[in-house]
Amino acid sequence: MTISREDVEYVAALARLELTEQETQEYTEQLNSILGYAAMLERLDTDGVVPTAHAVPLHNVLREDQVSPSIPQEKALQNAPDADEGFFRVPKISLT
Amino acid sequence: MAVADKYEMVCGLEVHVELQTKTKIFCGCTTEFGGEQNTHVCPVCLGMPGALPVLNREVVNYAIKAGLALESEIAQFSKFDRKNYFYPDLSKNYQTSQFDLPICIKGGLEIEAEGEKKWIGITRAHMEEDAGKLVHSGETISTSNESSVDYNRAGVPLLEIVSEPDMRTIPEVLAYLEKLVQILEYTEVSDCRLEQGSVRFDVNVSLRPIGATSLGTRTETKNLNSFSSVRRCMEYEIARQARVLDAGENVVQETRTWDEGQGITLTLRSKEEAHDYRYFPEPDLAPLIIDREWVEKIRKTLPELPAARRTRLQALGLSAYDATVITQAKAMADFFDEALASYGDAKTLANWIMGDVTRLLNTNQCRVADSPISAKQLAELLALIDKGTLSGKIAKSVLEEMYSTGKDPSIIVKEKGLAQISDEGALLGIIDSVIAANPQSVEDYRAGKDRAIGFLVGQIMKATKGQANPGLVNQLLKEKLS
Repeated sequence: MTISREDVEYVAALARLELTEQETQEYTEQLNSILGYAAMLERLDTDGVVPTAHAVPLHNVLREDQVSPSIPQEKALQNAPDADEGFFRVPKISLT
Repeated sequence: MAVADKYEMVCGLEVHVELQTKTKIFCGCTTEFGGEQNTHVCPVCLGMPGALPVLNREVVNYAIKAGLALESEIAQFSKFDRKNYFYPDLSKNYQTSQFDLPICIKGGLEIEAEGEKKWIGITRAHMEEDAGKLVHSGETISTSNESSVDYNRAGVPLLEIVSEPDMRTIPEVLAYLEKLVQILEYTEVSDCRLEQGSVRFDVNVSLRPIGATSLGTRTETKNLNSFSSVRRCMEYEIARQARVLDAGENVVQETRTWDEGQGITLTLRSKEEAHDYRYFPEPDLAPLIIDREWVEKIRKTLPELPAARRTRLQALGLSAYDATVITQAKAMADFFDEALASYGDAKTLANWIMGDVTRLLNTNQCRVADSPISAKQLAELLALIDKGTLSGKIAKSVLEEMYSTGKDPSIIVKEKGLAQISDEGALLGIIDSVIAANPQSVEDYRAGKDRAIGFLVGQIMKATKGQANPGLVNQLLKEKLS
């Protein structure tokens, strides 16, 4: 599997990244190199092996349905670039 | 040519239902509705770096319970995934949801629409978190220069129930939604308050020429919150797609939004890449293994579901219609059952509940659960009628008195002296004076005009302010006149 320039541009657009011509070139090479290395795994026979859902052998880590204190509003908004009357304020939302 | 003669509509639905836990799905913040903005939040639901989610056990219990009520299989192994997209109501830039291994698989429910029974399949149901709430500065998103975000709702647990594309008409869709909401309400996994946004609907609609076997291109209209919006939105979307197809054009596969004010749907997201959510397993949450024992424990908590309850009420002598009305809402069915425990005539009981009790509740915009008349008090009132203490007519006014005062019927009867006069001695005196005052009617009756007795009975009832026992009056009067 090879990663094309278009693939990199597509993923960059999804991640809202603006790449320069040189960066696009660089990432295409790097991604190909990384994925090429990982492609070694495809040589293994995985017939009958259940897909791994989680890297740590844990399951059912649960908490009881009991309310614990929330944080105060001013703390919640402390790092917000913009806030107004207790709300986070965000710039105009573009839908398309 | 009408649209329905030319095209067949195919519809599948995604229903998001808010589970009524005390806390959010991955943190201990309260799910309480209302609260000042951004006060039911913590590092987990605000998506602060390093904060770790822990799954709420009750969410899993509710999901299992809903799944069982919807005749689904409960997956032995399920997991959570990240659904990635950018939108300011999402604090983490991804929604924690379930992708390929949901908790409930393959269920369904039976609907009845336009006299036909039909099975509607449910593909899956999965657990996920709700997003925050956006408030726009302008009229709509596109005319707003900025928006405000409240994350109180972010992380409230949802169950998303996905149907098969099995519905072909709007009445089928509405029947499915009503049945689904009814079952969820019965299981008490959600309060199902549509007006508070506890249940929201995404509607997938496509058209295909009659007789075609492959599906047409569909659109998805998101976030409808009432049955009437679903109906209006579908009517609009069917007509719109038919116009596109009639013009020889193709329907664009896209996400649309319903504009309630204008009564139209609008394009929300059309770019292909907006649908690429790049799901991947959530590394911060361990998978879920649900064994038989857990499932059986939850199965034991399932209430009698609407269909079973309806059958039971019909076995008690109720008509199919009456049984359906009584079991429509769980609170009403519970009220009926509670009254039935102390008053055995199911049919009479049903008539009173569906008639006068419902009328009183509706007039006062009161929910059955909040009724000032208890089921026990209603049973007591009906027993008073059967004993002959009250006539049916007076019982109705006693019921109104019960509604406004909350008092027991026996107390109202005593205080107001409403008890029916069943004392022969007292009645005979009144009968004598009515006979004396109406010689013409007496003569008519004796001449064979049976109707004349009705007039005399009416006069006696009037003289006793309606309190005379009508059966006894009839009997005594006939004896007197013969």
